Order: sequence, then C-alpha cells, then structure tokens
Amino acid sequence: MPFKRYVEIGRVALVNYGKDYGKLVVIVDVVDQNRALVDAPDMVRGQMNFKRLTLTDITIDIPRVPKKKTLIEAMEKADVKNKWENSSWGRKLIVQKRRASLNDFDRFKLMLAKIKRAGVVRQELSKLKKDTSS
Amino acid sequence: MAAKRKTPVKTRNPDLIRGVGKYSRSKMYHKRGLWAIKAKNGGVFPRHDSKPKSPAAAEKPPKFYPAEDIKKPLLNKRKSRPTKLRASITPGTVLILLAGRFMGKRVVFLKQLTSGLLLVTGPFKINGVPLRRVNQSYVIATSTKVDISGVNVEKFDDKYFSKEVQKKKKKSEGEFFEAEKGDKKKLPEEKKEDQTAVDTVLIKSIEGVPDLKAYLGARFSLKSGMKPHELVF
Repeated sequence: MPFKRYVEIGRVALVNYGKDYGKLVVIVDVVDQNRALVDAPDMVRGQMNFKRLTLTDITIDIPRVPKKKTLIEAMEKADVKNKWENSSWGRKLIVQKRRASLNDFDRFKLMLAKIKRAGVVRQELSKLKKDTSS
Repeated sequence: MAAKRKTPVKTRNPDLIRGVGKYSRSKMYHKRGLWAIKAKNGGVFPRHDSKPKSPAAAEKPPKFYPAEDIKKPLLNKRKSRPTKLRASITPGTVLILLAGRFMGKRVVFLKQLTSGLLLVTGPFKINGVPLRRVNQSYVIATSTKVDISGVNVEKFDDKYFSKEVQKKKKKSEGEFFEAEKGDKKKLPEEKKEDQTAVDTVLIKSIEGVPDLKAYLGARFSLKSGMKPHELVF
C-alpha cells in the first residue's frame, strides 16, 4: 500500500477544517514538517497545517510560491475546476451542498419525485416478473 | 410662549470640539439677528409682560390625610405596539404551525393584526385551516411565498375574532337540575362567506404553482435523520 498522493508544490488540496472549510487550495510551499504555504485564487496566501488539508489527485505545474496571476493561469491551464467538478469526489460534494440547501417545499417536491420514480421502477419490475414466470 | 417654528433650527454655531463653538458671542449676536429684532422694537429687546393671572379657586383643605406619605407611581411612557414581525414573515409566506389543533399544517400568512397575532388561512378548502389568528412564536416561516395581491384583508381585525358574549339566563330551582341544553354554536354565514371570498383568490394563485396545492395539504413532520438546526426552511 504505497502512498499515491504526495505533498508537493502544485498539489491541490481540500480544506477540511476552519474558516476556509470546503475550499480547494494549492500547496505552493512547505514551511516545515507540519505546515504548508497554501494559496487559492480567492484567498490571501497563508500557512495551513497539513492536518487541515485533504490531498486530492489533482496537481498543477507551478514554480515555488508563484505570483497570484501565474497561479491563476496555471490553474486555468490544468483545468482544475472542471477536473474537480467531474471527479466523483467533487460531484458528491456538490450533491451534498445542494441537498443541504433544499427548501421545505423543495423537499416535498423531492419526496413526490422519489415516489413517482419508485412507482415506475416497480411497474417495470412486475412486468419483468410476469414475463419470466409466464 | 413665543411662536414655535415649523422645523426646529439646527444650531447656527457648530462645535469645533465639544464645549467650544466656532463663533464668539458677538458673532452669534449678529448671526441670530438680535440687532434686527432690537431695531424693529426701537433699540430695546421686546418684553412680554406676563398675562395677569386669574385668581385660582380657593382650595378646600382635604378631609383625609393619609397616615404616611404615599409614593407617587413611577412614570410609564411605554407605547404599546404589535410584536415585531420577523423579517422572514411577509404577506404570502407559507408558515408551518407548531402547536395547537393544526399542528404541522402548512398555512398562508395574510397580515399581522394590531394585537401582534398573525392572520392566517389554510386555505380552508385545501387543508381545513380557517381564517385564524396565530402567535408568531408558534410558527416556522418557510421561504416559499404565495402571490397574495388579489386578496383583500382590510376588514379583518382582532374584534372580528372575539367571542360572542352570552347573556346569562336566570334559572329557576327546577331547572338547576336539568342538563343545560347543548346548543351547538353554528358558524354564522357571514364568516363562511368571508372565508370563501379570501380563499377563491388565493386558491387560484396557488394552483398556478405546480405541487403547491399538495404541499399545503400535507402536514409537516420531522422524520428520521432530519436535524432541525441544519434544515433550511
């Protein structure tokens, strides 16, 4: 079981604790054994403990501690946003956020849709059962 | 008293720091135009002698002096006004009732009455909740709004909902032991008409939104896994 995701300059990570919870950030430098310098297009570059980060599979090609402009260009080139939103992890997070923001009326409509879908599935299933039994 | 101005004048002498004005006494004399008032009055500042007081009626000495000094009650300048309405509750909001006979029902908010209570209706045909008053504290406001522009709620106030005063009947001795005739209170036709007048307009705008009618007909309940502090209403 070797490690696959390494802490390196350019590694994209997800913040899992603190003020910037849920943000995607890029590791731009390593401060010491426990801390990294971390940057994102919409935040001020700052240090963060590794314990607050969860590494993702995405890396980008940047020099050590790039300027904001270079960072943003590199992120565009590597298409971090789309890669993230199409990955199964990213999609799960999006769904979680959507579910959490549902209104009471939305939850009601969701319940009706689930019942409808289950009805359709059950009909198909009963058809199949009839076909196999006959 | 001198004639009052329509709008009070803000001071002509702005503060440089607290306690120190910009203009000196002589400058202020000039600014206020006291020289012009004096000139108009012939070099002297106008005096208004006090009007002769009509003699006050001779007060009789009181018949009763309390043994100890009675305290005057403290002054109460509080004004009564209806409870502050939560910002999330606007006319047309769907509310969830939390207590009482209609617990869990989703209901449309019409207006706030002068007593502070909220006037609310089912509509009656959809979920059985009539025009009713409800306290703001026993209500969850959802973010769903219904278009309420066609509804006229001007005539409803707290007096509309007051109980009718029953005249006390004098009972003779024999009648004391008879069971009181169970008089079922019938709802006056006028109230039924008011209900339908409000509801027909509302139902039309509700039917314009898909699933809203079924939504209002269903009751709200907490299910397994729902965390109220995390739910968005």
